Amino acid sequence: MMKRIDALKRIYKQLDAKLIITNMGAVAAELYSLGHKKNFFYLEHSMGLASSVGLGLALSKPRIKIIVFDGDGSVLMNLGTFSTIARYNPKNLTHVIFDNESLLSVGGFPTATSTGTNLKDIAISSGIKNAYETNDIDEFESLFKQNTNLDNASVLVSKVEAKGPEKFTMDLGLIENKIDFKRHINSLKEN
Amino acid sequence: MAVSVKNSELIYKSLKNCGVKIVSALPETWLVHLIKFSEEDPDMQLVRLAKEEEGVGISSGAHFAGLKSAMLMQNHGFLASINGIVSLAQLYRIPLLMIISYRGEMGETDPWQTEGGLRTESTLKALDIPYDIIDSADSVEKKINKAAVLSESSERPVALLITRDLMVE
Repeated sequence: MMKRIDALKRIYKQLDAKLIITNMGAVAAELYSLGHKKNFFYLEHSMGLASSVGLGLALSKPRIKIIVFDGDGSVLMNLGTFSTIARYNPKNLTHVIFDNESLLSVGGFPTATSTGTNLKDIAISSGIKNAYETNDIDEFESLFKQNTNLDNASVLVSKVEAKGPEKFTMDLGLIENKIDFKRHINSLKEN
Repeated sequence: MAVSVKNSELIYKSLKNCGVKIVSALPETWLVHLIKFSEEDPDMQLVRLAKEEEGVGISSGAHFAGLKSAMLMQNHGFLASINGIVSLAQLYRIPLLMIISYRGEMGETDPWQTEGGLRTESTLKALDIPYDIIDSADSVEKKINKAAVLSESSERPVALLITRDLMVE
């Protein structure tokens, strides 16, 4: 099994021309630790809604690729998101779920993906045409590249170790992040 | 009982006049015409939701992209969306224009709507969400426009409660 931080490192350089939404906790802190960029928005609360924000953005900016980095705990709080994304199927939306089978940031309690729930299967059964799962870092890297160039919205479940960053603090205000992110989108040539 | 097509049209036109481009919705009896108009309009993106709270995310994404949006929901949908409203829209200062059908107020015949109706305004007040009640056709355009302006200038959720007197003929 891979570590989430290593998976993020593999694809970090591919993120530049895309818009990135992360959920809260370890995913946000680890992406931030690799170097913050103006095209990154960290949703530091409202668990489950990162993919809904991604869908709203994908439908509003159909020519820009949107990547959502999510976690199993968050996705389990909003399983209907797969159905809504599948209904509109924006091809510019890739939903990456780092599944560590744990609510790591709040003490490591096991989630239902540790007791048999399979998020990739739920995505497929919700109507997502391209959904994949991997626990191998090389496969993750190639699937990520493939998923961001499909004619459908896609889900990529990445099984990772339940290990988080040493610190979760980020020197970035929430509203500062929002304003910078919005300003960055408005400056893009695709507008 | 029939849902007013005329007043639904009035609400829809007012949303269009405010520049709304994306509408998220969950079906509710009083909202049927509004959802239909949104679906048939090539210049409107309708997002049918599984749960109303997703709409907070949709509106946030639209806001980042510089598009105006509105949420159509019943008051029970509003009650179901509170965490998203507080920990996304209010936390990050996202404008939300929430058009909420006010079930369970005076004249309600469905017993199951009455508890939510009783607590809708007190919940809006507890959440510091500015709101107005639209109960007649002559105030629709003005109240929707003013709510849209306030949500954009304050970058906060604003609610409009649409009533039985307005929606039911």
